[in-house]
Amino acid sequence: MDAWQVWLEPLIKIAIVIGALQGAVAYLILVERKAAAYIQDRLGPNRVGPWGLLQPIADGAKFLLKEEIIPAGADKVLFLLAPVSILATATVAFATIPFGYFVPWPGARPIELTIAPGLDIGLLFVFAVGSLGVYGVVLGGWASNSKYSLLGGLRSSAQLVSYEIPLGLSVIGVMLLSGSMRMETIMTAQAQSGWWWIALQPLGFAVFMVSGCAESARLPFDLPECEQELVGGYHTEYTAMKFGMFALAEYQHLITVAFLSVILYFGGWHVWGLAPFTEGNQVGLIGAAVRVAVLAIKVLLMILLFMWIRWSWPRFRYDQLMTVAWKVMIPLGLLNLVVSAVAQEFLAPNDYMTRCVLAWLAVGGCVLYAALFSNVAAPEPKRPQASPQA
Amino acid sequence: MKPDDRNIKWVVEPQLGLAGRMYLTPFIDGLTTTARHFFSTVAGGQMTRQFPEERPEFGNPLIYRGVHRLNKDEQGRVKCVACFLCATACPAHCIDIIGAEAPWNDREKYPLSFVIDELRCIYCGMCEEACPVDAVELTTLFDLTGASREEMIFDKEKLLSVYDQTIAQEPMRSRGGSGAFPRMPAKGA
Repeated sequence: MDAWQVWLEPLIKIAIVIGALQGAVAYLILVERKAAAYIQDRLGPNRVGPWGLLQPIADGAKFLLKEEIIPAGADKVLFLLAPVSILATATVAFATIPFGYFVPWPGARPIELTIAPGLDIGLLFVFAVGSLGVYGVVLGGWASNSKYSLLGGLRSSAQLVSYEIPLGLSVIGVMLLSGSMRMETIMTAQAQSGWWWIALQPLGFAVFMVSGCAESARLPFDLPECEQELVGGYHTEYTAMKFGMFALAEYQHLITVAFLSVILYFGGWHVWGLAPFTEGNQVGLIGAAVRVAVLAIKVLLMILLFMWIRWSWPRFRYDQLMTVAWKVMIPLGLLNLVVSAVAQEFLAPNDYMTRCVLAWLAVGGCVLYAALFSNVAAPEPKRPQASPQA
Repeated sequence: MKPDDRNIKWVVEPQLGLAGRMYLTPFIDGLTTTARHFFSTVAGGQMTRQFPEERPEFGNPLIYRGVHRLNKDEQGRVKCVACFLCATACPAHCIDIIGAEAPWNDREKYPLSFVIDELRCIYCGMCEEACPVDAVELTTLFDLTGASREEMIFDKEKLLSVYDQTIAQEPMRSRGGSGAFPRMPAKGA
């Protein structure tokens, strides 16, 4: 453990990850705007640079140069602390996302590409730190000295706190299957079994996607700000870069959720056919590059799916949002947990086929239950009777 | 409106089929709709017009109401006879005319100054309707800008220059003839 390994290496990795993350967020916002435009029969930003490629830079410059306003009567310290805390927690959650490692030459010490590699409670850490973002939301809403912000903050915090529970429940099945909360181990377990956990945990995946969408406040669940309906939510009073930090944090949450879903359910960097490059302990530079590339492509596809969903499905009403969390997602998460635990207890450790059949039977049962009992059509509305005077 | 009004159409919420109640078809419907629009735009079916490069087409330029112009007659003189009908008709009070004795003998008056405040104008076209000699007309110029408010107050010279600028594309809509009023016979003649 020389100074290089303790201080310099993590610092370099932090710099790379933060830089890459901010750049990725900037360009993902461009991709999102383009995708939104194409879905709405428009072209999207195309004036700044070829195909609008310099738009993120223009946006960033705009955020930096706009006037910073702190409302009168706002609690200055908390008002400034809110965007910092929300962005900091969103970034820290990224510290354990594994990008693998490589061995520069045979016999050398493997160089980890993760900031905090091999954290045994990796998954727990991401959830714990990610849920700290609620503080930023509440602080921002409260410190603004504005009723709209306060109401927005309360709405968001209720939503975020509610969806923490199904989010946590949904991944327990994955932990049971992999026998670990270490993300590297979860990926290795999928590669070794030859099954991606999406096949064995469809219910868990559905709950995870819905809760992850809600946690990152994406459109079917974007009650915190809902563009068309609210004044602006908890960040109503924020301007310039402070608002930009809220937006960045929200996008980083989305990226984290996409990474988690790929790592937990889609095998991380595992792809059949590329195994000679990506598996094994002695991974060279090429293997590491292939791993990162596969992971990045899968995450990008996941984010594109989120963007696609954003414009496809209507927003929930607030009571529906709470109903979905407490009456649908938590029971589904519990069911998934029970099925996974029973399978883990009574089946052979490598009997993935039976687990798969069991899991999909559970999904079928839920869908049938929804169709037959819980979702009957609303009764025909009563017509008002003609009044006798008429 | 009474509940039994025959103009009220009572709509019943459509019943979902089994697949709809499984939440499957509504989700897939939403996704396919957006995907269809996405790919049709990729294939070039977008609604966007690239404005400064692509100029819009006017359905009927004759009835488009853009920036005003002051028409000239065959001899290059301003057609306006300073009758103040446009200024009177203008609901926004944006036309300011100073009339004077005409130097020509086919009309009594001509505008010494004719000013339209283009920022105050609501582009209703009433001046064009009111004008008895078809002197003031609204063109299809719609993207006129100025760096200051003063710049957007158009005087006679500027309005005449709009005529010079647009006459090639937009012929005068006058009813033909010189359009000028004959000089009124002198009293007691």
